Amino acid sequence: MKPPPFAYHAPRTVDGVLAALAELGDEGKVLAGGQSLVPMLNMRLAQPEALVDLSRVDGLDAIEVTDTHVRVEARVTHERLRRDPRVTPAVPLLRQALDWVAHPVIRNRGTSVGSIVHADPAAELPAVLGLLGGHMELRRVDGSREVAGRDYLLSPLDSDTAPEELAVAAVFPRPSAHTGSSFLELARRHGDYALAGVGAVVRLDEDRRLVSAEVACIGVGGVPVYVGLTEALRGQPHDALDLADAVGLVRAAIDPSDDIHATGAYRTHLTGVLAERALTQATAHATHEEIAA
Amino acid sequence: MTTKLFGTPVARSEDPRLLRGEGRYLDDLGHDAYHVGIVRSPHAHARILGIDVTAALEVPGLIAIHTFDDLPERLREPLPLLIPHPSIRDGRTQYVLARDEVNYLGEAVAMVIAEDRYAAEDALELIDVDYEPLPPVVGPEAARAAERTVHAGIDDNVGARYEQTIGDAAAAIADAPNVLEFRLDIERSASMPMEGRGTLARWDADESMLRVHSSTQAPTSVRAAVAAYLELPLQQVECVTPDIGGGFGVKIVHPWPEEILVPWAARELGHPVKFVEDRREHFISATHERAQVQFLKVGFDDDGRILGLDVELLHDHGAYMPYGVIVPIITSTQLLGPYRIEQYRVVFDSVYTNTVPVTPYRGAGRPQGCFAMERTMDRIARHLGKDRTDVRRVNMLEPEELPYDYGLIFQDGRPYRYDSGDFPASLAKLKELVDWDGFEARREAAAAEGRLLGIGMAAYVEGTGVGPYEGGHVLVEPNGTVQVATGLSTQGQGHETAFAQIVADELGVPFASVRVVTGDTRRFRYAVGTFASRAAVMSGNAIHLAAVKVKDKALKIASEALEVDVEDLELAEGQVRVKGSPETAIDLNVVATMSNPLRYAFDESARIATQFATPASLDRPPVGDDDEPGLEGTDYYSPVSSTFANGMHAVEVAIDPQTSDVTIERYAVVHDCGTLINPRIVEGQVLGGVAQGVGGALYERMAYDANGQLNNASFMDFLIPYSTEVPHVDIDHLETPSPLNPLGIKGAGEAGVIPGSAAIASAIEDAIGARVDAMPIGPAQVHALRCASDERSAIPGRDRVEVPR
Ligand SMILES: Cc1cc2nc3c(=O)[nH]c(=O)nc-3n(C[C@H](O)[C@H](O)[C@H](O)COP(=O)(O)OP(=O)(O)OC[C@H]3O[C@@H](n4cnc5c(N)ncnc54)[C@H](O)[C@@H]3O)c2cc1C
Repeated sequence: MKPPPFAYHAPRTVDGVLAALAELGDEGKVLAGGQSLVPMLNMRLAQPEALVDLSRVDGLDAIEVTDTHVRVEARVTHERLRRDPRVTPAVPLLRQALDWVAHPVIRNRGTSVGSIVHADPAAELPAVLGLLGGHMELRRVDGSREVAGRDYLLSPLDSDTAPEELAVAAVFPRPSAHTGSSFLELARRHGDYALAGVGAVVRLDEDRRLVSAEVACIGVGGVPVYVGLTEALRGQPHDALDLADAVGLVRAAIDPSDDIHATGAYRTHLTGVLAERALTQATAHATHEEIAA
Repeated sequence: MTTKLFGTPVARSEDPRLLRGEGRYLDDLGHDAYHVGIVRSPHAHARILGIDVTAALEVPGLIAIHTFDDLPERLREPLPLLIPHPSIRDGRTQYVLARDEVNYLGEAVAMVIAEDRYAAEDALELIDVDYEPLPPVVGPEAARAAERTVHAGIDDNVGARYEQTIGDAAAAIADAPNVLEFRLDIERSASMPMEGRGTLARWDADESMLRVHSSTQAPTSVRAAVAAYLELPLQQVECVTPDIGGGFGVKIVHPWPEEILVPWAARELGHPVKFVEDRREHFISATHERAQVQFLKVGFDDDGRILGLDVELLHDHGAYMPYGVIVPIITSTQLLGPYRIEQYRVVFDSVYTNTVPVTPYRGAGRPQGCFAMERTMDRIARHLGKDRTDVRRVNMLEPEELPYDYGLIFQDGRPYRYDSGDFPASLAKLKELVDWDGFEARREAAAAEGRLLGIGMAAYVEGTGVGPYEGGHVLVEPNGTVQVATGLSTQGQGHETAFAQIVADELGVPFASVRVVTGDTRRFRYAVGTFASRAAVMSGNAIHLAAVKVKDKALKIASEALEVDVEDLELAEGQVRVKGSPETAIDLNVVATMSNPLRYAFDESARIATQFATPASLDRPPVGDDDEPGLEGTDYYSPVSSTFANGMHAVEVAIDPQTSDVTIERYAVVHDCGTLINPRIVEGQVLGGVAQGVGGALYERMAYDANGQLNNASFMDFLIPYSTEVPHVDIDHLETPSPLNPLGIKGAGEAGVIPGSAAIASAIEDAIGARVDAMPIGPAQVHALRCASDERSAIPGRDRVEVPR
């Protein structure tokens, strides 16, 4: 469990990072919090020629909260984001999801952007980004681009990031009024990656009837599975939800395989249960938000 | 009076050092040493056709590469079968480096020595081994089917078969009014100490001395093994254990291949060499335990009294059997628990599979035995519609029946005889501690909130303090420090504290003046090892006896000096003094000085012992015929048979009715390990054991696939409970002193882990109403059981499912 030799770069500026990545191409890899990459290096599952460490970069550590979004830069750790008092009122789903991410020691180092780039199928934040319709900001020496959260994850541990690109920030839009959200999951042990997890976003109308609903399921496919439930739930009163059809749709949308921690059949069942609970909580949350507003 | 320390919760003196990060573990030593890396088989079963090291030779920092062929002759012999037993038909052990075949994923194939571990691992990647894969045998049932074999020449894959009987179980079962027959399954788990294996060796060419540091539970035996393999006189080898970051059984195995290879390489190279195992290596090349398939048949009367019990065990010992059949022998005997079983037959087949070898892990076969017996009790209760504690109660041995000899042979080759205990009293305590009788009300209240509750319990008896012996040495230095040594090593049990309590009490000295050294052959050469909950019983009593010798000697010297009868003297507050008139006293350190007649007054305090200072009796020699210089004593404790501790656990679980997730809501322990030296240490041992019991019940299994690949060889996927998964535990003690040893103590090291799976299975079964026959069990399994039971609930008489044998 020792990595093979690699070169180490620790640029002081974003431009320095971009220049290093451009020069290294396929041979370079960004090192953020290291909570996923370092174990992979130690197990020799990743063998980059060079690492470009973000920890010395001046900047890249802002959490920007505006009327329209929360923008999280690449060096922001899970724990900083989780504790920032401006974030929860703006995008409650972030806090709801971050509470499930790993343990404090890992959240203290692991970055939120890094977790999205890393694209673990059971990671919470990629699903949050997708569910809220957010996007990633990517930069390279000669330009920048934005990629929608839903399109960003390609397959397990593979996101739409070129080797010479730096993910600069993740941008999470603020939900509109009367919107509620929830994130629920079940892990074998506290803080582990989940057996399955469900994020839900529900919007109500003036009469507290459902206008739209959607869930994102993690841990049950190569990338988060988004299931639109507006058709199934539109018009239902907030206090008399009938979620049977919605749960059926969620279970039909996923096809998890068996692994050492659970059977696919159990994960399918579990995801349905979590979806039902998350939709119920999100609806309650939406009525709350309305009162608060 | 000096207050008595024995029996009080003295804070562990080792903790401040360990908690401050000042421990010295194996990898903290030998910064100048070369590092060993091992090429390990990626196949479960394969023939080695050739090994090409050419590419690896270019790695910067490489020192040497060795394969089987270039080892000296002695190192080309198989490793020892540590505990021979007549039931072993064909006991195979591995080579330090594979000769021409590998039999499990992880088996050592070649050794790289490099300037550091990084370079060693770089070289490992470049060694090209040409394997011809052979079909692997994975799992005990595949071994039994014997369509494939692990070792040529063992066509049925059976390494040992052993039967023990009491009376005639078959006849008793045939006559019984009620009979149940069923099968149980337990998965593999492993000790998983925080610190893996590790060995450091230095060869001192000037002195022709080899010093081996090893993270082992058996330093004296490692020393002997190294001396034998390296063909060195024993006096030229020392084995020292540094702080050990946990053992839990796995480190009793020795010599590991690396424990021989490292000292050999150090001598060859004339340079320190070390091997520090990493976690993946620990998963695939240290040993595992637990896995068993059990077939039971029980006959009982309408009160639930067991009339006859027949047990067949299929025990998977992995690719080799270095530790013999200790684990299945313990299961076969300790299965009986606190119960009166007069008609009993147990037979085990210990089978070869192409997996990591199996050797004792804390509990050592007992958790499996407890699972078998306690699941049986629950089945009987369910069959008869009785309270589960009532069925246990009618089967329990009464205190008057003890000592109770079952007529079986235990793991030490000695009679299986319970020396002490009061099982009915323990059961009563447990029921009160967990409020067993109030449970139905709690269950109903929870059901009203949509929660499923269940309660369960399990009882065990644990043979502890097995022989053959341990020794202790106690020395009072002229400066007043009391040095204590015993040969066995310490993996976190608090020996520094517990042994110091014993000595401080006996010699009437302050606790802080006692220094305890364990596991260092420079200090104590004769020992057996730390296993089977034996250190407190064995070394504790040996140290006690040695301290008594020192005390007697001090009394004798003081008696002469003070001209007072020995009977009128006592040791207290660092002095030998006259009972009732403490002002007539002599300091113990002065006695120590006087005990060693001197010619030279090397310092002021030494003057009193010099030849012109002492009013010597001129017709006696300064050191008498029956005497020795120095205030010190050595003694040994060697019991006729093991002493049996016991205990009972009760657990309350809540099951999420939708996700089937299991939460432990209450955990109660009643524990009887005889006289307690230090209740706080005993509780710590119990709590740690409970944590491992929870691991075995709910989380831990080795996920081998059909090819013998271990799919969860990391802490990411092999789930050990975090502190967040370990429940609060209520502990109560019962003290029934052992009549077998002077201190009345019984072992406590393993106890906490033993009934975990059995008690938790009982509680889950109670909550969901579906049979729990296999452990561990997680939400996916609970869910599957609940679904299956919904489907089957229409079928009557499903207690009597036929089981294929
Ligand atoms: C025990 C444990 C439990 C965990 N549990 C969870 C969990 O429950 N949920 C969860 O979501 N995560 C979990 N994690 C992962 C944790 O969230 C990681 O921090 C995260 O996945 C990666 O973030 P990092 O900053 O550590 O990235 P690193 O490990 O440094 O990098 C990860 C990958 O992303 C790339 N990368 C990182 N940042 C950038 C960037 N700005 N631009 C381009 N590429 C980049 C790296 O090159 C690398 O390939 C767990 C980790 C551990 C060790």
